[in-house]
Amino acid sequence: MRKFLKILAKPFTETAGLARWMLVIGLAITAVFVILAIFAPLLAPYGFAQASADGVKFPKAGAPSGDHWFGTDRLFFDVLSRVIWGARTAIEVVILSIVICVAVGVPLGLVSGYYGGWVDRILVLIMDAMFAFPSFLLAIVFSFLLTGLLGGTVLAVALSLSAIYVPQYFRVVRNTTVSAKEAAYVEAARAIGASDFVIMRRYLFGNVVQSVPVLGTLNAADAILTLAGLGFLGLGIQSTDAAEWGHDLNRALADAGSGIWWTGLYPGLAIVLLVTGLTLVGEGLNETINPTLRRRRLLPVVMSGPAAREER
Amino acid sequence: MEPAISMEASSTDPVISARDVRVWYGTTRGAIRAVDGVSFDIAPGETLGLVGESGCGKSTLGRGLMGLLPPGAKRDGEVWFDGKDVLSMRPKDAYRLRGVELGMIFQEPLTRLNPLLRISDHFEETIKQHDPGLSKDEIKQRALDALRQMGIPPTRYRSYPHEFSGGMRQRLMIALALVLKPAFIVADEPTTALDVLVEAQIVQILNDLRRNFRTSLLLITHNVGIVAEACDRVAVMYAGRIVEQGRVADVFENPQHPYTRELLRSTISLRTTGLNFIPGSPPDLVDPPDGCRFHPRCPEAMAVCATKNPINIERPTGGRVECWLVGPQEEIPEGGTRPLKQEELAVADEA
Amino acid sequence: MPTKPDSTMPDSTMPGSGLGASPIVDVRDLSVHFGLRGGTLARLFGRDAGVVKAVDGVNLALAPGEVVGLVGESGSGKSTLGRSLLGLAPATEGSIKFRGQDLASLSRRSLRDMRRHIQMVFQDPSAALNPAMTIEEAVGDALRVHGMRSAAERRVKVIDALERVGLSPVELFLEKYPRDLSGGQKQRVVIARAIITGPSVLVADEPISMLDMSVRAKILQLMLDLKKDLGLTYVYITHDLASAKYFCDRIAIMYLGRIVEIGPTEEIFANPRHPYTKALLRAIPDPDPGRQLPRDLPRGEVPDAAQPPLGCSFHPRCSEATDICGWESRDLRTIVEAHWTRRSPEEYEAERSLVGDLDHLERPEKSATLGKEGAESARAFLDRVRSEAPDDPMWRGVDMIEDEGSGVRVRFHEGVDPALRRSGGVEVACVLYPEESEA
Repeated sequence: MRKFLKILAKPFTETAGLARWMLVIGLAITAVFVILAIFAPLLAPYGFAQASADGVKFPKAGAPSGDHWFGTDRLFFDVLSRVIWGARTAIEVVILSIVICVAVGVPLGLVSGYYGGWVDRILVLIMDAMFAFPSFLLAIVFSFLLTGLLGGTVLAVALSLSAIYVPQYFRVVRNTTVSAKEAAYVEAARAIGASDFVIMRRYLFGNVVQSVPVLGTLNAADAILTLAGLGFLGLGIQSTDAAEWGHDLNRALADAGSGIWWTGLYPGLAIVLLVTGLTLVGEGLNETINPTLRRRRLLPVVMSGPAAREER
Repeated sequence: MEPAISMEASSTDPVISARDVRVWYGTTRGAIRAVDGVSFDIAPGETLGLVGESGCGKSTLGRGLMGLLPPGAKRDGEVWFDGKDVLSMRPKDAYRLRGVELGMIFQEPLTRLNPLLRISDHFEETIKQHDPGLSKDEIKQRALDALRQMGIPPTRYRSYPHEFSGGMRQRLMIALALVLKPAFIVADEPTTALDVLVEAQIVQILNDLRRNFRTSLLLITHNVGIVAEACDRVAVMYAGRIVEQGRVADVFENPQHPYTRELLRSTISLRTTGLNFIPGSPPDLVDPPDGCRFHPRCPEAMAVCATKNPINIERPTGGRVECWLVGPQEEIPEGGTRPLKQEELAVADEA
Repeated sequence: MPTKPDSTMPDSTMPGSGLGASPIVDVRDLSVHFGLRGGTLARLFGRDAGVVKAVDGVNLALAPGEVVGLVGESGSGKSTLGRSLLGLAPATEGSIKFRGQDLASLSRRSLRDMRRHIQMVFQDPSAALNPAMTIEEAVGDALRVHGMRSAAERRVKVIDALERVGLSPVELFLEKYPRDLSGGQKQRVVIARAIITGPSVLVADEPISMLDMSVRAKILQLMLDLKKDLGLTYVYITHDLASAKYFCDRIAIMYLGRIVEIGPTEEIFANPRHPYTKALLRAIPDPDPGRQLPRDLPRGEVPDAAQPPLGCSFHPRCSEATDICGWESRDLRTIVEAHWTRRSPEEYEAERSLVGDLDHLERPEKSATLGKEGAESARAFLDRVRSEAPDDPMWRGVDMIEDEGSGVRVRFHEGVDPALRRSGGVEVACVLYPEESEA
């Protein structure tokens, strides 16, 4: 229990100054959306594709009111409910795609960096090619292919997002592995008789994945935007399958001209907030974990004595 | 200037004299008292060896004298050079002094040389910066002169640093430090990264410095053998303080401070017939022990050592020492001479 | 013909060296070569950039319970030889037998299994421990990779090993990370990890050189105690002759991939034969203030192993070198350049225009051309160089100087690459010690 509390307090105890506030504010914002996502069925007043309640039809594009805090859209859906359910979709897609990225990118990077040779050359070539491709275009192509294959499901979208981000994980892990495998402790592991697999799993893995959390959170922010972009283009998840902010924004485009601001504002705000939150977490983590950026909290030196001079 | 203590009689005024120098670092746990009240003099053309275990403040002292310290460090005391206190100078003046009058030689020469610049560029830059009036030919002349004295042939003048071997690079660094004919040089572990034979060559070069250049040298090393071979005097540093200093032959043949003695005994040399070591490790300098800082590890600690700071006194054969075993007797309180009951030093506290 | 060191193992070996017993490790004609990567261009065009002979035809037999020191400077191949005993550096030629079994014949799997019998201690204990593992994990992992699955069983063994290396109370260390420990403590952990699998041979690669003076002796003492308690055989790799003198029964001096002198410690120190051994002994800094500074140190540094000197590798630095030691073009360059460090800039410029660039001397050859202003001036130049240091051993190697083209050609005597030969109680590879007639 104490260990758990210690981990919880880490953003406070191990950071300082700006990094601490970035991390804490970012975590708070992200936590709100995660709670919304988990408890969407309880928190949302209606379903995401619900046009009536108790036999009473919702108003069409009704302004915010006591029954519908954020108003309703042209399809009679409650905007608040869609924003809350949209958080669930976004978090699901992002988590799934990051998990896929890590599961694919990290082992490939380890193997590629550790063995080197032609395996490494081929993998680097493929990954670089993917990385060089404009990422959004890549996501569009993949979601076309995958929605045809799997339907407009969360999995299909998550997979197409992963295609963008896998090369980043691969590159980071591969490059750190290339330098880490020269370390004396790897040679020492070989000397005690460890196999390549053991060396990668127990000696290299823990030392090369340290930048993955930062990458993960920063990619998560980017993934939210890409997901919304896909939805905005009408790709990916359909509005009757799940609530999706980008998709709602697309439909709100037509409303903006006729003074119906609430259908666009709230999903847009949700996107901005969640992206900001995740970016803050990512940058905060980076400042904390990355030793080159980390400023230690030095206690001021107080010399007893008449004329102590400070160095600049 | 008012010397707090009078040093050995010297016919000439010292080139550099440090008085009660302190350098403290900030850390997350508090201030590290890396150098805590150090005084010494170095005469013109004299080499002073500074020895001690790692973490006793040797390097910090060397850098502190040059004014090279990380942000957050504070220093105190006086370092007199040429009638001026280096520590109270404006940073600009101190910068001007470095290189011209105060030189520095580091352990890893390659990290101090710009890999994209030729050797000639390094020299030209250094000389120009401090002597802008010189013509190109004069600069080259001086640079080649310095290189020749270090045994680097003029054919290598246009080479890049990576084209040199480790020993050559260290010669280069020494030549670069000497080209401006500074009065005082700090050499921080200049031979640690070198091969045995090359190390001996460099020690010989350092040994010849005083004859050929009349440059004073502070040679920081952990190797007492190098001190014996290349230094006139030695200062033994422990936990931020110089516990004993004097002529090398004097101090090494007849060490007064138990730390000096134990350090010499624990060194493995060709004459070693039994293994000796100092138990425990140097103290945490955030919170150093009361009294003599060596008392927890000292085989001859007395009751007074744990309570009262030892007093810096003259060694019987010249030099200074601070240890209650040497005295002054009249300052030791009643019963202070009985042996100190020390805690058992386990491997848990080893260096 | 070189004799095998095992057959010449002198009768005066230290007690406990298992005289008469078959060697526990037997290295025969071992060579370990590394391919050089070369520059970017060479790599692009797939050109071979040459090989470095890190170990070049070494014979070494370890008797059970013996401590053999491998002493040399960087590039001597001592570390590579040590690593090859564990199969960490694969042999290019020759064989390494552990208890009669050739390492090269083992599969990767059985080679890994074999490593529980030959273990290694590293120079830098901070780098040799995985920063992400606790001490218990680090030491226990040696057991885990050899199939001990139960964490509880491992813990018992880890505690025992840590106690053996003096890290007690053990509870203080089990959960710690390497960064929490001092250098000496970390080295003890590394030793604990090495002995936990119950090895019979321990290769210690500079185990004390990164440690503080005050703990070096303690770690050496620990290793001596472990040897006694566990019956270990040591290969002690070091550049420090002083600690080798105290620690080793037998010492092999290595230079540029070869053993140049090998024999019992007392004999090596009492009567060093190879000029390199003598130089190493002179170069050790000694805290005795009464000692005179060594004035006759070998010049230069360890040469590039990719292009070793012709003949005896040590000849360019050797003060006792003879005419047949393998003198060559690069030695002439060294002499001329050394000469120029003693000239004034004007004289240097003048002489330089006389002989031109020396870069063509970089290719190792048994003769060298010099000069571009006629043979007369080139001879005069060489005379000036010679008169400055007439005793330089290189001049012994000059066979003749003949006119050629715009200058002269300096021809050197044919060199001999000396093999390891028996001399007194030791074996030495130097032309000064020719084969002893069997008495």
